Amino acid sequence: MIVGILIHLLLLLLFAPLLAGIIARTKALFAGRRGQPVLQLYFDLLRLARKGSVISKTTTWVFAAGPVIGLVVPLIAALMLPFGTFKAPLSFDGDLILFVYLFALARFFTAAAALDTGSSFEGMGAAREVTFSCLAEPTIMFALLVLAKLSGGLSLDVLLGDHLSASWRGGSGPALGLILVCLFVVLLVENSRIPFDDPNTHLELTMIHEVMVLDHSGPAFGMILYGAALKLMVLGTLVVNLALPWATPWWALNLLLYLAGLVLLAMLIGIVESVMARLRLVRIPQVLIGTTLISVFALVLVLR
Amino acid sequence: MAGLWLLSLLLPVFGALLVVPLCRYATLSAGIAAVTTVLAAIPGIYVSFSLLGGHPPVSIAYAWSLPGGALQIDVDAVSAFFLLPVFILSPLCAIYGGAYLHQVKGKLLGFHWAFFLLLVASMILVLSAGQVFLFLVAWELMSLTSFFLVAFDQQEREVRQAAWVYLVASHIGVTLLLGFFLYSSQWSGSLLFSDFQALKSISPSLATGLFLLAVTGFGIKAGLFPLHVWLPEAHPAAPSHVSALMSAVMVNLGIYGILRVVTWLPQAPAWWGLLLAGFGIAGALYGIALAAVQQDIKRCLAYSTVENVGIIFVGLGVGIYAGAAGFPGVALLAFAGALLHLWNHSLFKGMLFLGAGNLVHATATRNMNQLGGLMKRLPATSLLLIGGSVAITALPPFNGFISEWLIYLGLLHGGLEMPRAMGLPLLLLVSLLALVGAAAILVFVRLVGISVLGNPRSAAAASAHEGSILLLAPPAILLAGCVLIGLNPLPVLDLLRAPVVLLIKTELLPVLTLTAFTGLGRGVWLLLALIVGMALLLFVQRYRHPAVVAATWGCGFALPNNRMSYNATAFSELAHNHLLPRTLRPEVVAAPVTTFFPQAAQLSQQSSDPVLNRLLQLFFTRIANLCQRLRWFQQGRLPIYLLYIFLTCIGLMIWSLWVFGGG
Repeated sequence: MIVGILIHLLLLLLFAPLLAGIIARTKALFAGRRGQPVLQLYFDLLRLARKGSVISKTTTWVFAAGPVIGLVVPLIAALMLPFGTFKAPLSFDGDLILFVYLFALARFFTAAAALDTGSSFEGMGAAREVTFSCLAEPTIMFALLVLAKLSGGLSLDVLLGDHLSASWRGGSGPALGLILVCLFVVLLVENSRIPFDDPNTHLELTMIHEVMVLDHSGPAFGMILYGAALKLMVLGTLVVNLALPWATPWWALNLLLYLAGLVLLAMLIGIVESVMARLRLVRIPQVLIGTTLISVFALVLVLR
Repeated sequence: MAGLWLLSLLLPVFGALLVVPLCRYATLSAGIAAVTTVLAAIPGIYVSFSLLGGHPPVSIAYAWSLPGGALQIDVDAVSAFFLLPVFILSPLCAIYGGAYLHQVKGKLLGFHWAFFLLLVASMILVLSAGQVFLFLVAWELMSLTSFFLVAFDQQEREVRQAAWVYLVASHIGVTLLLGFFLYSSQWSGSLLFSDFQALKSISPSLATGLFLLAVTGFGIKAGLFPLHVWLPEAHPAAPSHVSALMSAVMVNLGIYGILRVVTWLPQAPAWWGLLLAGFGIAGALYGIALAAVQQDIKRCLAYSTVENVGIIFVGLGVGIYAGAAGFPGVALLAFAGALLHLWNHSLFKGMLFLGAGNLVHATATRNMNQLGGLMKRLPATSLLLIGGSVAITALPPFNGFISEWLIYLGLLHGGLEMPRAMGLPLLLLVSLLALVGAAAILVFVRLVGISVLGNPRSAAAASAHEGSILLLAPPAILLAGCVLIGLNPLPVLDLLRAPVVLLIKTELLPVLTLTAFTGLGRGVWLLLALIVGMALLLFVQRYRHPAVVAATWGCGFALPNNRMSYNATAFSELAHNHLLPRTLRPEVVAAPVTTFFPQAAQLSQQSSDPVLNRLLQLFFTRIANLCQRLRWFQQGRLPIYLLYIFLTCIGLMIWSLWVFGGG
């Protein structure tokens, strides 16, 4: 199990920052620019780790707890997911609930850290983050319930395990397709991507996530960037496992397939970000309620 | 064992008798209350633990001169399960209350403490009564003493109103219970609860009627939606240690009543369970939605009690549903989760009310918009409040997560194992509970972030400071309990076996030592280890490169002041405009902006309970109007009243002739 945990963590820690680079590169291509190096986030993280920091005199230990928990949570959550055909090292009945509530823990402390600065901008971001995730949460649950019903298991390892290829080919293809769409939308919301949020603008009033981290600097800011990259890979793993259920007899090929899936997903996010405009803030709840309804429909299809 | 139980009951009564003559001495009477509750708690906790550990039920019968047989005391594992929070919370609240009321001048505090001790004693008696008469007397004593405790600041109009709402609500409840107990004892031919087993042979429609009567009567005390209306009024009005005791312990007694009734009645049909779970989830959603728009910190906590009671009822309802459908494993998980959540709620809600009490004590306001910046001024209280908030939002690694996880497991197992249409309600409940969980994060991030973090928004908050150790130790002990259960849930689950067996009559126990707990435990410890490790890393880095301390970046604005900072109203604006249905939204009074350069502007927001203000108030006003018409009979002239007496006599004579004349 220790070996499994180490492999999982190494894969996650080493590969995750690459995805951010791929998204940026894709967007640059669409805009007709050359764009930053694909490895830019690695350089940024190294640089931030060595830097000193500026902190607000209003803040307390809660301000530091935000980045720390934001970085730790994706690490633990990743241990409950299978990476391609690599089994999840930490797997038990009902771990899907822990998975969802871990991200809630991170959200609690990120939002609390934002409010700790006493800045109105960050308060606004925190309010938006916790409000919109109220709508994303039922969607994730319904999607996981569809998988649970199809696989008959209660751990993410089984939910995203061997049953998928049979389920896709069997009669459950439409339901899986629907929840794939839903999970992709949730991925965009949770990782603060266009059309729900814009990771590039820091001061626009439509901002959610970036505005919450305005006052962080140095290593703590590095932790936030790293945590965001890890979260993208963890939630991306949900989507990739679901979309690419094939397994070959060679583990190296399976790993390559999984990593290629993640790269493709990153490119897809880049394309979505390039061709879509950010939604008006008041439209976001409507879109999220829409995805919830789609996921309910998928559940009904499975129960039929 | 019987002697120890008696000691734990009589000590508070003795204390109450002692403080009344000493009512002028505030410190002395508070001391007596604290000492007697602590002394009562020691044997009480011992008795509860041994009953939960498998000791046979304690039964005492005394002869008394009242009708209806002996004074019967029956304490079994279910009673012990509910007694334990009473014995843990009451001494802590008494100790805290002594320090909390220290500054109060011009009141005879002895009476307050007498009512407090009598409330404790009456709660113990309610949970131990084995006979209808004793139960109802204790129940009524509990309602009356808590009414006087709520009305502590009776010079304030809103406190008086809250106390009246509470008194009326509890008496409507007691009327329904009277009906239930009269009918049940009539049917079984005995006033003893042990003879109520005869109700097992009652017809299904009568059983349903009795069940609904009991759920309504006890549901009022439990704060089950839509009977919760007294709760958000009474809890903020009462002093904080009383709010804590009422919210963390007294509310449980309503749930106790419903559970007892379910064990007396014939095997519950599945739809009873669905009914309870349905009202439970409705209450959870309603409670958390309204908690999100309150500005009063204690009112927000009171609505969160409505939410948590809702979650407990979801667990119990699903347990009954699964039991009736023949899925004992699912029922076991749901019941265990609900009961554990009840204990957990006692711990963290007691803790949060005491913590909020510290803020009120330090700043003399309950309005979150007037607080802020207290992390720097009340660091210990703030730490406690953050811990309590994490626990109540059911986040790992605290205790709330364990109990909600068990309920989720029950729902998931049920949803997957039951045939299609039967499992659907359970699967829907999973997602609705997740929605409640996400909304709880909104509520408690707001509570902590607005009232504790950031900058102070009033002079009172800016000059606040921590109170005495007696205000900190009781909530700290409760929070320690939350952490312990969160990190080591299995011994606690062992204690739940005895009551669960009594409630669902199944021997399917090994499920409670789930292998899943090993995995969960590993995950939680790994989480803690990584958090500590990462925090150390950050600390070392800060040590090597000391941070520059500067002002919060104001986006280029040179003179930010505290009136510009985000407040509770602003934080929930998005939620109440875009998520809440119109009927739940608070009333906003804002002067419209008419000119291009507006001068002074006003905005105020008031959230009132829709059930109380839109439904019940309308209903009671209508009844009052109807009753107004009866005033026509009061003509205020003596001859008319003589005529009434004359007419009544004639009527009685005719009636007696008609009834008895023939025989």
